[in-house]
Amino acid sequence: MGWIVLLVLATGLVAPLAIRRLGERAAPALAVVPAGVAAWAAAGQAAIARGEIPAWRTPWIPSLDVAWAFRVDGLANLLVLLVAGIGALVVLYAAAYLRGHAQLGRFFAFLFVFMAGMLGIAAADDVLLLFVFWELTTVSSFLLIGFDAHRQASRDAARQSLIVTVAGGLALLVGLLLLVDAAGTSSLSEILRSDVVRSHPHYPFILAGIAVGAFTKSAQWPFHFWLPGAMQAPTPVSAYLHSSTMVKAGVFLLARLSPVLGGTDAWQVTLVGVGGITMLLGAVMALGQDDLKRLLAGSTISVLGLLTMLLGLGTPIAARAFAVTLLAHALYKGTLFLVAGNVDKATGTRSLERLGGLRGAMPWTAGAAAVAALSMAGGPPLFGFLAKETAYEAALEAPHASWLVGTATVLTGVCLVFAALRVGLQPFYGAARPTERTPRDPAPAMRLGPVVLAGAGVLTGLLVGPAERLLVAPAASAILQQEAPTGLALWHGFTPILALSALTLALGAGLFRARDALLSRAPALAPLARMGPARAYTAGLDGLLRFAAWQTRTLQNGSLRRYLAITLGAALVTVLAALGRTPLDRAWNALALPSEGPALVGLALAATLLVVGGALLAARAATRLVAVASLGAVGFGVALFFLVYSAPDLALTQLVIEVLTVVLLLLVLPHLPRAKDGAPRSPGAARTGLALLGGLTMAALALVASAPPLAEPISDYFSAQSVPAAHGRNVVNVILVDFRALDTLGEITVLGVAALGILALLATHRRGEPAP
Amino acid sequence: MSLAVALAVGVVFAVSLRLLLQGTLWHLLLGLALLSHGTHLLLFAAGGLVAGGPPLALEGALAPAAGAADPLPQALVLTAIVIAFAVLAFALVLGLGAGRDAKTDDIDAYGGDRG
Repeated sequence: MGWIVLLVLATGLVAPLAIRRLGERAAPALAVVPAGVAAWAAAGQAAIARGEIPAWRTPWIPSLDVAWAFRVDGLANLLVLLVAGIGALVVLYAAAYLRGHAQLGRFFAFLFVFMAGMLGIAAADDVLLLFVFWELTTVSSFLLIGFDAHRQASRDAARQSLIVTVAGGLALLVGLLLLVDAAGTSSLSEILRSDVVRSHPHYPFILAGIAVGAFTKSAQWPFHFWLPGAMQAPTPVSAYLHSSTMVKAGVFLLARLSPVLGGTDAWQVTLVGVGGITMLLGAVMALGQDDLKRLLAGSTISVLGLLTMLLGLGTPIAARAFAVTLLAHALYKGTLFLVAGNVDKATGTRSLERLGGLRGAMPWTAGAAAVAALSMAGGPPLFGFLAKETAYEAALEAPHASWLVGTATVLTGVCLVFAALRVGLQPFYGAARPTERTPRDPAPAMRLGPVVLAGAGVLTGLLVGPAERLLVAPAASAILQQEAPTGLALWHGFTPILALSALTLALGAGLFRARDALLSRAPALAPLARMGPARAYTAGLDGLLRFAAWQTRTLQNGSLRRYLAITLGAALVTVLAALGRTPLDRAWNALALPSEGPALVGLALAATLLVVGGALLAARAATRLVAVASLGAVGFGVALFFLVYSAPDLALTQLVIEVLTVVLLLLVLPHLPRAKDGAPRSPGAARTGLALLGGLTMAALALVASAPPLAEPISDYFSAQSVPAAHGRNVVNVILVDFRALDTLGEITVLGVAALGILALLATHRRGEPAP
Repeated sequence: MSLAVALAVGVVFAVSLRLLLQGTLWHLLLGLALLSHGTHLLLFAAGGLVAGGPPLALEGALAPAAGAADPLPQALVLTAIVIAFAVLAFALVLGLGAGRDAKTDDIDAYGGDRG
């Protein structure tokens, strides 16, 4: 499986080259890769259904116990099938949809990177590996939403989705790390077997982190608002990422981890609550929409909410409803998005108000749309019918407040019927409306996707037995971690569920008939959409920008002196904080060190005198020449210190460098600008105080630091090996040229770079250009 | 004699910081040169002050005598001295250009909003 992920990733890298060579004709060749993956997954499905779960494992970061590990159980394989199968259709579709687009190669690169990430999420058997793939899909989704980067709306939507999902990704990372800590392993299959997480004290934080990550990815309230914005992406992207695959990653993760995290009150309340709110909210959002894609986005949010709610319920029947709904929704929603793309291409508009009577001109598209809409509405014998029936059943058998959950689910169902009829029938039936272009069915590649996906919805509905045995039951078993009950059928006899189903259809159809009266009131809902989290996001972003502007004005006002003072102040606070925690007796230890004998004490005092006197004189010197000379005195004093305290090499180097420095200063001195009015500027009392505080701090630091060391020095090895191994008697030299020779190479590089910089600067000076 | 070294470090730092904050080019360069002196002394002192025990292995000996100074901080400081020189030289040339362009030694007049 790891190789498959890498293969898809490599296809993404090759795609731009292939497109540049061959144009859109390369697309069928590219589509072979996901089609092959889908075939591979389909071939393995029977064995997985029998319980033979393939797994692969290679160490990746052994020190962190992270492995390049994959495991394909029923749930994973269902997602792999969807990602690869729909992926192949979308590749073909997109090549026709974006025909002649200058950036088609880049588009396919992003799309395949996304596909690889999605396959990785499905099959990863290591939660940290899973997180890597998770972020890969976030980034590629950002790039695909912003694909038309010249449009402001596109860029805004891309940024919004990135900020929301990356913030969620951070929360997820925290949750996963805590989970790894609690379970003692990052291996997903081992985590799923452990039973310590729910009773772990960190459980609430684990649940919160993972839930926030999943909710942002799957557009759950209150993070749902990025998904309608994401409709700025090209339609194939909306069909692929933002309805059938990526937005499923969040609910998939929740399903994956429900065996270890699920079943608690917190889990149920969070998932059922948030899922239920999202479900209703999305349904209402879809009601009043006029734009085809935004309507579909609203209904997608609604179904994602339903999926979350089903996971929250956690019953066996809910797990089955989850698997059925996941599959059914991917099929019909993928179809309807591609249909919307076809309608958009054919007529130049996605506004429902301006569409009608396209059936004659676009028979293929209209047919696929009708089938998919019927599936979305939950009409028999399509797979969507089974999804709705099992969802109703699960809702009515909810462990708590089943009447509330049931009512909400049925209400949502009615809204979705209404939305399905509008999107699937309204553009194609009734009187034809005038459009910019003469509508006709698009290229075969753009018919293939909707027709195949809609056909799959029919097939899985009619062949419900094999579909359940091969696809639904293995996935539900993986969620439950035990054998899932079976018994999916189109006909159960006259049950209350059937009555509810019929009622839903009737109510939805009734609403559809009365749509004109209903939609005239839709603007009343508009203010509702502008409120809430989307507004908080905008306000937050504006506030952040304002804060950044204020901070820049205050901290970076162009005064170098202020920069210096701020930097210095920050450094001093850090050092003082560290000093404050040092025991005072270390300073006394330093003072109590044995004396060195009168001759050395005399030399040390002379050095002190040179350094202190030189420094003070340099600051107060009347002329710059005297200041340079005083600076030299300080350097010689420092060299004398080195000599006294057993560092002859340092003393030597210091002397040479000091001479060079003085010469350099004297060379530059005549070319430096003179003081403005002759009078030296005073730094002011506050800055003088800061400087004094700095001096005191550093003196204290020197005193504390020169006390006998707390730990064994790490240089014993160097001292011991200098003669035997490196054949050098001067240990300092041997360290520089042998043990740590690479550091010295770095030092030489710094000198070289500085010399080159100086040369370049001097050259610009000579040419009279302004300094960079 | 740690006190003497600490005193030297403190004075050098205080003077150099005051020079840096004074806001004129000449004092900035002077302060920078002094600052590296202070830093080297501080690093050196942190390695422990040992008198009369250079880290040299005498003829015939396999290692420096017991109680010799720690060679590692010395190697570090030696590197620091050389790099500080390079930095100072670079700063001098930068200052030359900036001072010539702005025709003043007031560092707050440099850069600014010119990007």
